[in-house]
Amino acid sequence: MDTNLFDQGEIDIAWCPGCGNFAILNALKQALSELEIRPENLVVVSGIGQAAKAPHYYKCNFFNGLHGRSLPVATAIKAANPGLIVIDESGDGCMYGEGGNHFIHAIRRNPDITNIVHNNMVYGLTKGQASPTSLQGFKTLVQREGVFHEPFNPLALAISLGASFVARAFAGDVAQTKEMIKQAISHKGYALLDIFQPCVTYNKLNTYAWFKTKTYYLDSSHDPHDRFEALRRAWEEEKLPLGIFYLHPRPTFEEHLTAYQESEEPLYKRTPDLKNLSQWIDSKRGF
Amino acid sequence: MKDNWVFKRHEDVSIVLCGEAGQGIQTVEHILMQTLKLSGYHVFSSEEYMSRIRGGSNSTLVSVSSKRISAPVDRIDFLIPFSPGAIRHVQKRISPGTVLLGEKNIYEKEYRGGRAIDIPLSQIASEVGGPIYSNTIAIAMLAGLFKVNRDILDQYLRHHFSGKEEAIVQKNLEAARRGYGVSEELLQNGKIQIDLKRNQDIKNEILMDGVEALAMGAVAGGCNFLSFYPMSPSTAVAVLLAERSKEFGIIVEQAEDEISAMNMVIGAWYAGARGLASTSGGGFALMVEGLSLAGMIESPLVVHIGQRPGPATGLPTRTEQGDLLFALCSGHGEFPRIILAPGMIEDCFYLTQKAFNLADQYQVPVFILTDQYLLESHYNIPSLDPVRFPLQKHVVETKQGYKRYQLTGTGLSPRGIPGFGKGLVVLDSDEHDEEGHITEDLDMRTTMVHKRLKKLDLLMKDAIIPDLIGPEDYEILIIGWGSTYHIIKEALERLGRQDTAFLHFKQVYPLHPNTVDYLQKAKKKMIVENNGTGQFARLIRMQTGFDMDQKILKYNGLPFSVEELEVQLKSVVD
Repeated sequence: MDTNLFDQGEIDIAWCPGCGNFAILNALKQALSELEIRPENLVVVSGIGQAAKAPHYYKCNFFNGLHGRSLPVATAIKAANPGLIVIDESGDGCMYGEGGNHFIHAIRRNPDITNIVHNNMVYGLTKGQASPTSLQGFKTLVQREGVFHEPFNPLALAISLGASFVARAFAGDVAQTKEMIKQAISHKGYALLDIFQPCVTYNKLNTYAWFKTKTYYLDSSHDPHDRFEALRRAWEEEKLPLGIFYLHPRPTFEEHLTAYQESEEPLYKRTPDLKNLSQWIDSKRGF
Repeated sequence: MKDNWVFKRHEDVSIVLCGEAGQGIQTVEHILMQTLKLSGYHVFSSEEYMSRIRGGSNSTLVSVSSKRISAPVDRIDFLIPFSPGAIRHVQKRISPGTVLLGEKNIYEKEYRGGRAIDIPLSQIASEVGGPIYSNTIAIAMLAGLFKVNRDILDQYLRHHFSGKEEAIVQKNLEAARRGYGVSEELLQNGKIQIDLKRNQDIKNEILMDGVEALAMGAVAGGCNFLSFYPMSPSTAVAVLLAERSKEFGIIVEQAEDEISAMNMVIGAWYAGARGLASTSGGGFALMVEGLSLAGMIESPLVVHIGQRPGPATGLPTRTEQGDLLFALCSGHGEFPRIILAPGMIEDCFYLTQKAFNLADQYQVPVFILTDQYLLESHYNIPSLDPVRFPLQKHVVETKQGYKRYQLTGTGLSPRGIPGFGKGLVVLDSDEHDEEGHITEDLDMRTTMVHKRLKKLDLLMKDAIIPDLIGPEDYEILIIGWGSTYHIIKEALERLGRQDTAFLHFKQVYPLHPNTVDYLQKAKKKMIVENNGTGQFARLIRMQTGFDMDQKILKYNGLPFSVEELEVQLKSVVD
């Protein structure tokens, strides 16, 4: 196992010193190495935002597309070539704001992809506006009286929609985050891993210390197959649980596609069956 | 109404079926078209209908001819009304020559200006077994007037009702017998005399609409991924490919919205699939962000826009050529593209097939602009050749150190895909370097802009030359694009002028450089477009500097008819 397999060497990283993204990057590289994934077999899809820059910083195929649109892209890549390992990695604004509709329907669709969301409860790249997950009362240059909106609860939503894997980690704990990334990638089906991540520049409320005192790990008494228990945990507010909330194994989108019923070949290897096409054309001559 | 008239035709007959949504007019059209074609007639049909599932008034034109026919006429020879509202709906098209074949209680109140023969369809139907059989009686009556062999109709009915129990099949056959009886009476008393030449070769021709040809063309072009959100009139393409998904190994996914559909299609191309985004103007509006992404990452892409009248929801089930400039200018930023506009059913097949090769070769978005009229018109054509444009795959196996945007001088970089080869395929919607990594090096920016825009030179060289129909030494040039091809052609044939030619464009952007030569030669240039502003005229001026002398435009939601275009052309060329 080569832990340097994913290193990009000396590169210019655009994140602020102390950013939680660094910890997630390290955890992810370790997880990928431990899972013995080859960079050429890995595709990372991201949107736009500070978190979405992540795939530039480790070795992989990547598709750094549009803000909010990573999930449809990731879904299609996995569908077009199910042999690839597909990770969708972006931030809370990208996934839960601009991409909200895609988030809902990706969960329903259940492609076998891993959805890692860097959740720092603020917009970093656009300099500090509220994000869908910002807590009520959080003040910004725009939300001057403090955030009024009810915060978006991605875990509760995902559990409600029957997501096949729902978990939350905290970037301050690289070892546990790495373990959860490994489990999310190994899981067959759509896996949501929301990762609490402090923004040292624009979020002075949800700091490393705040997350540390505010979170705890679910223990073995939690049954992740119990949807209502998982929901109850997802709505806990006094203390925020970390760990695997919910598991709901079910067939994946790719398994269900009729295009793979007759052949397992990825789409790029296929050519159209011209004999069948000629028959289709001929069927228009009469009956 | 005086009864001493005789209806005679020996070239073509135009039948209009009119009634409410849900009355089965499409079935009548379908069976009639098939059996007439199998009897050796050329056939053409075109539908106009309201955006509703039941009620209202819809009409279908079925033209039967001894010559090839591929354009709609206003003239009604036989009017078959299925509901009282039908008469009012087609009132403007009723002429003294029109013969209404139908029930008195349906037409007596409002029918004026034409002839009528009372056919007690309901009564015959109830004798057969119920009102449901009146459609089959009408089909057989019309087929009988054209002396369609009884066996052909019976066989077709058996085929059509093959899922039903034998008793129902038998009743339909009985209904057909009764319908033939009606036609025999009409022919025997000499009131109706139809003498169209038949050609047995037509039997073996194919009969289809634009949608089917487009879907087949997609398969021929190697399309194996389609994502869409339902929207008339484009949905039918997805429905057909979904039906064939297993057979041809095509992934068809109904997305949550067109934004997702477009991003899925681009993602599929990235992974090596050949993806199609099929939509209409409003849906394409949502796809525009993704289109710009394809421009930046140099993704191949095929977009089908089945145009309908806008703005906004517009007239959902009608036709227009209103989205040409939208397609041309869509997407923020600057990037090259190709816009194809099929003029006929054959084009729906071949241009769609070609679109996938072009997209793959040049790594640009390729548009196929159709419209409701073209998609939903049926007529017979000799055949389609699935290998006319053999599949050309341009994906390369990557090596270590692969650079997705390697500078080559032509603007084209070898396109690798993840999982095929040792290299990594990296791309970014931000400006990027040769590897695909985000960059703010402004010299690199300039280099990359040049690289992307340079491809336009290649696209122009490879553009499809417009078709010239008519005399080479023309003085007057009529210009059209896309679905108006056959309508303009037939109107011009009727006009019969030796100084007038027709230049049809099936590629509307970029224009082939020869376009200028055609325009230069003309003393007078006129454009015919199914929109309100003459969008192609503006495009031509933008690309060539030439202005049109006259524009003939129609934008009420219907295609031009041959007669109205003939009249309008006559008034401007004289």
